[in-house]
Amino acid sequence: MIETCSVADLERLELDLLLDAVKTRYGYDFHDYAKASMIRRVRKYMDGKGIDHVSELIPLFLHDNRAFYRFVKSLSVVVTEMFRDPDVFKVLREEVIPVLKTYPFIKVWHAGCASGQEVYSMAILLEEEGLLDRCQIYATDFNDDALQLAKKGIYPAKDIELYKKNYRLSGGKSRLGDYCVSLYDSIKINSRLAERVTFANHNLVTDGVFGEMHLVMCRNVLIYFNEQLQDRALTLINDSLCPRGFLCIGRRENLKFSQIRNYLEDVSNTLRIYRKLGS
Amino acid sequence: MSWISVGNKPRAVVLGASAGGINALGFLFSELGEDFSLPILVTKHVGLNDDRGMLRVLARQSTLPIKVAKDKHRILPGTIYLAPAGYHMLVEEQGVVSLNLEAPVAHSRPSIDVLFQSAARVYGQELVAVVLTGANRDGADGIRTVKGFGGTTVVQCPETAEMGFMPKASLDTGCVDYLVTLEEIPAFLDQIGGA
Repeated sequence: MIETCSVADLERLELDLLLDAVKTRYGYDFHDYAKASMIRRVRKYMDGKGIDHVSELIPLFLHDNRAFYRFVKSLSVVVTEMFRDPDVFKVLREEVIPVLKTYPFIKVWHAGCASGQEVYSMAILLEEEGLLDRCQIYATDFNDDALQLAKKGIYPAKDIELYKKNYRLSGGKSRLGDYCVSLYDSIKINSRLAERVTFANHNLVTDGVFGEMHLVMCRNVLIYFNEQLQDRALTLINDSLCPRGFLCIGRRENLKFSQIRNYLEDVSNTLRIYRKLGS
Repeated sequence: MSWISVGNKPRAVVLGASAGGINALGFLFSELGEDFSLPILVTKHVGLNDDRGMLRVLARQSTLPIKVAKDKHRILPGTIYLAPAGYHMLVEEQGVVSLNLEAPVAHSRPSIDVLFQSAARVYGQELVAVVLTGANRDGADGIRTVKGFGGTTVVQCPETAEMGFMPKASLDTGCVDYLVTLEEIPAFLDQIGGA
């Protein structure tokens, strides 16, 4: 027995027990998720239910699978935008697209696509470069609710000014308004852009390699993992890239903890765009 | 300043600032002793693509190494980490920074509350949290959490801050240990974190 147990120690213990229970009962293993973000989600869920102690979630999740699945969905809710980091899209347009144009058929994978803003940003970019019709875009997430949102392509109209600004800065060749319609307080992305997109459930933690991709976009997904899990996910992604394929991760993420760094050369290290070395 | 009494030797300092914060942080970092030995994690509200500019301005003035944090950056002693624009910055148990993209908190991403609440869980009593100038109420919930986990809480006197609203909101929680002027903060920090 430990003589003194601080509030923080106790909460950590409770969280570990909860994750053990969840793993045994449902097979989801969240032990290697970044704990700081995880505890925020747990606390938020508890606040909504008026629960005081993390350990009280153990009986709840063991006996009420709907409550558990609602919690899982809340774990991966992110709030993002179209053409986030416009300079990344600019370099994709100027340095990556010209290479992709040399292939007869192109496969792009958005790993962890969340609500899909980035998928449509990419589809617009490919359309403007005359590539969309020979592309297959895979947009995957382990959260079915997020996939449903992504499939619909409907976003709050209040964000459109930011999207437009990002689009312009990214080197957009037209007007963003050409790719969507306004619906009251929402915008809806033209369904034509979704024609080449396959939305599918895939879990980077538990599922396998995805096929020979020419470009993998996995931005701001790894931040939710600890270093070990980041390395595991990155290895899976590297194995899903064709020789000389491209990888783009989030601007504030890094490959330092991963062995795959050795198999990649820089397109732009500051913008986190890499290219797989030939085999 | 013999009036300072911090229970445990702190392991880290977290700072929150908003409007007026660049001037306040610039002054603070220029006055800190070069032997300051604790890591300093800073959330300053900043426009979406503006963290490079903020880094440039503060790096010119700082006596300590300063960087914009990247995900899973190891937190080193005597180093200043700025939350990157557009992300929340949090602290992990293993002494690394992590980032996330959850919705803005108190209309802010990065949010001071998010940094303070995660740091409180990792450092407990060995944390010093400081709220500086600003015009919204981010930081107040964070101050409450830091206090709840036994840390030390410090707020800039609202009357002397460029923007008093944010320090006032933190002060109103009733969870503040020290009320200090900006000019007093470097000496305060040097006393707890100098070599």
